[in-house]
Order: sequence, then C-alpha cells, then structure tokens
Amino acid sequence: MNPPKLLVQGVTKVYHDGRRSLETLLPIDLALATGEFVSIIGPSGCGKSTLFNIIAGVEKASSGTIAIDGNASEVRAGKAGYMPQQPLLLPWRTVEENVMLGLDIRHTPRKKAQQEAHELLKRFGLADFSQNYPGTLSGGMRQRVALLRTVLFNHDFLLLDEPFGALDALTRLSSQMWLLDLWQEFHSSVLFITHDVREAILLSDRIYVLSARPGRILRIVEVELPRPRQPEQLAWEQSVQLEQQLVTLLLKEQGS
Amino acid sequence: MKLRWVAGYGPAFVLAVALLAFWELYVRSGQVNPAVLPSPTAIIQALIDNWDVISVHTLQTLLETVLGMAAATLLGLLLAVLLDISSWTRRAIYPLLVTSQTIPMIALAPLLLIWFGFDLGPKVIVVTLYCFFPIAVACADGLASADPELMKLLRSMRASRWQALWLVRLPGAMPAFFSGLRIAATYSVTGAIFGEYVGAYQGLGIYMQTSANSHAIILVFAAILVTAVLSLLLFGLVSLIERIALPWYHAAVARV
Repeated sequence: MNPPKLLVQGVTKVYHDGRRSLETLLPIDLALATGEFVSIIGPSGCGKSTLFNIIAGVEKASSGTIAIDGNASEVRAGKAGYMPQQPLLLPWRTVEENVMLGLDIRHTPRKKAQQEAHELLKRFGLADFSQNYPGTLSGGMRQRVALLRTVLFNHDFLLLDEPFGALDALTRLSSQMWLLDLWQEFHSSVLFITHDVREAILLSDRIYVLSARPGRILRIVEVELPRPRQPEQLAWEQSVQLEQQLVTLLLKEQGS
Repeated sequence: MKLRWVAGYGPAFVLAVALLAFWELYVRSGQVNPAVLPSPTAIIQALIDNWDVISVHTLQTLLETVLGMAAATLLGLLLAVLLDISSWTRRAIYPLLVTSQTIPMIALAPLLLIWFGFDLGPKVIVVTLYCFFPIAVACADGLASADPELMKLLRSMRASRWQALWLVRLPGAMPAFFSGLRIAATYSVTGAIFGEYVGAYQGLGIYMQTSANSHAIILVFAAILVTAVLSLLLFGLVSLIERIALPWYHAAVARV
C-alpha cells in the first residue's frame, strides 16, 4: 500500500518572545491520502496558517514529525504547491510569466515553461489575459492566476490557505467550482484552509475542526456528498445539518 | 491627455513667464546697470552669439555628467545590494555611506585635482560622489520593502537567495531606484560644474569662472541657463527611460 500523501504526527509550535512563550499548536495529528481534498476550519488566530507554513517547510515545528509521501525529511520546501492568502503576483510580470515563476526558479528552459504556462492558462479559461499585467485583473482573476502558478509548480500536493477568503460570494462560488475542476484534472491531493463552513462542505472529503489558540483538533468530519459536487448540494438536508453542527461548534470555540 | 498636461505644467509655466517678464521690465526700466544684471532677452542673445564657444564647453560638461551618472548608478546599485545582503553588511556599510556625505566637496575637489590632474577623471569622480548616495539609499529601501509573505512563498519554492534577489527583489526595487536616479540627475550637472570650477581645461564651470573674472556677467548667466536646461533634460531623460523600462508601474499608477 502506498504511504499517505501527508502524515502529520504530534506537531506542536511554541513561539518564544523573550521570557514569554506562546503555545500556538498543541499536538496535531492529520492525514491526507493521495487524491483527497481535506479542509481545516477553525476560528481566526487558531494557528491554521502556522500549521501550513510548517507543512510547506517555511517554518520549523517545535516537535513532531511530518512525512510527505512517507518521507519524513526536515527539508520540505518544494514538495508542495503552497498558496498563501494574498495572491502575491509580481506586478512587473505578465499573467503568463507569473504562472511560470516556479518553473523559472527550477531553471526549466524558457520555451518549455512558456508552453506549459500557456496550455494551463488555456485549459482553465485565462488565455485571453495571458499577456496582461496583474494590476489590470479583478480580485477573482488574480486569485486564479495565483492558483495556476501554484499548480504549475507542483500539482501533486496543494496547500491552499484561504484562497477565496477576500472574494465576494458569487465570485467565490464560481472560483470554488473552478478549483474542483482543476483538482479533478490533476488528481491533486489538497489541504485547504478556510473559515467558511459552507466552502469546506462543498469542497472537501473530510474536514478537520481546529480549536481556538492553542490549536488542537476538536473534531474530524467526513463529508458524504457524492462527487462531482454541485452548489445545489449545499441545500440538501445532510449538508444543512452538518453546517449547523459545525457553526455551533465554531461559535462556542470563538467564545462569543 | 493634452489637457491634463496643461493642467499639470500650466501653473509653473505661467509663474516662470511672469517672473521673467518682471525681471525684463525691471532691467529695462533703468533701475539697475545691465552689465551687472542683464535682462533675460539679452542673455539669450548672448548665448546665441557665443554658441560656438559655449557648445564646446557644454559638450565637455555633458560628457563628464553622463560618465559620472553611469558610474554612480553602478556604484549605487552595488552598494544597495551589499546593504541588503545581511544585517551585518548593512551595519558595516551604512554609517560609512552616511559619513561619506558629510565630507565637504569644496575641500575634496582640489585634492582630487592634485591626485588625478586637470583631465576628465576628477570631474567624473565629483559627479559620482554627488550622485551615488541618493541612488544607493533609494534602491536599498526598495530592496528592503519586499513583502515578507512573498519571500515566504519563494522559500516554499526553494528559491535561492540570488533567485529571490534577481527574480523578485531587484525588479520590485526598480520604482524606488528610479526615484533615486531622478534626484541624482538633478544634482549631476551641478556636480560636474563644481568639479570644473576648481580647475579644468574645458567645461561650463571653467567658462563661468573665466567669464566672471573678466566681468562678462552676461556670459555667466548664459552658462547658467545652459546648466539649467541640461539638468532638466537629464531629468526628463531619466523619466522617459523609467516609462519605457517599467510599463507595468505606470499602468498601475495611472489607474489609481
């Protein structure tokens, strides 16, 4: 049997600020099978992004192990396509050149990188914008470009940190369906952070609910809705019930 | 576009014309000896009459200025990158950089003459010393202003320090670099003239000095006029290069 895409065991994080120390993550266990779509929801400031930075290899865990494809090496950077909350597009690069950034860093020959970026933009409906600068794009478009940049760097394993958090409801919904399309195309394994319960239900196979800081896993929920997912499914009885449960749980955690 | 241009420069143009008209009338009314304060029209006439001589000196000054600016740009960029490499290099270099600007040029210029002679060299050095500082400081600030989230993204893609510098930080620092370059451009001609004033075979600075010594005040004014026009042209040239080099920046600024 293949090892899971990602196995997080007993990962903690403590920040030290002079004599004070701040516990951000209590031991976290988490698994993501190959091709799975798993979401993490939790109140704001619960350490979701910290966990992500640790998995992406840009921050160190205080303890615990993380294995990607069964490999528990300390050097994890480059093994996941990591997308932070802001799109962080480079304003001096065109859309196509932004999507190519990861390949440039890997020294992929320019011609080949251009071709791959072009095909990806065409497949996911952004070909018309490929020569635009990001400054001319809407928020939703920028987020899609950032996602394609992430996918072109590594489409096996995606770490997406609230990619649609700043979008209006309608743009968010169309972006979510667009993401599902992309996920099915590449059979990616996705770990997805959100604070939006409906978003988590619509997209995920499984949802981890994190507590307020210090973050620990409160509950793990399997989402049994059939694939391919459609927005209507959110109105189904089981979705509404699940949403109610999760919202109640999160409200209690937020302490308000 | 045209209207906006008029709105932008119109008031400055009107004020300048008014001041010149006042000056002209004041001299013509006989309140002051025209040999001591010549009128603007007389200055332009003198400039035309002596253009064959003045043009030779202008070319010399222009050559020194352009060479000095080129050297200052290279030095400024190099220092900015050195300042940015680590906090250690910043702490080592920054105080020296600031101290270098406290040395009075009026004391240094004659020494340069003694060390390097009456030729081009010392003038180019004076221009460089005048101009590298704003370029280095502006560019270092631009490099330091790179978004930390963006740096995190690059680390997650396993970009090396040099890749981060070359692909992200330097291009991102270009608007700041050009701000520094514009300031330097306005200083540069004055720097060259100062260098010549101390001792030279040719150039507007030495021309001004010999004219003043022979009480040809009108020729001093003619040389000042050329200096001003030269400085404005250089400023305009830098702005033009910036527009061509950073199309994305102006597209973004125009929209705001």
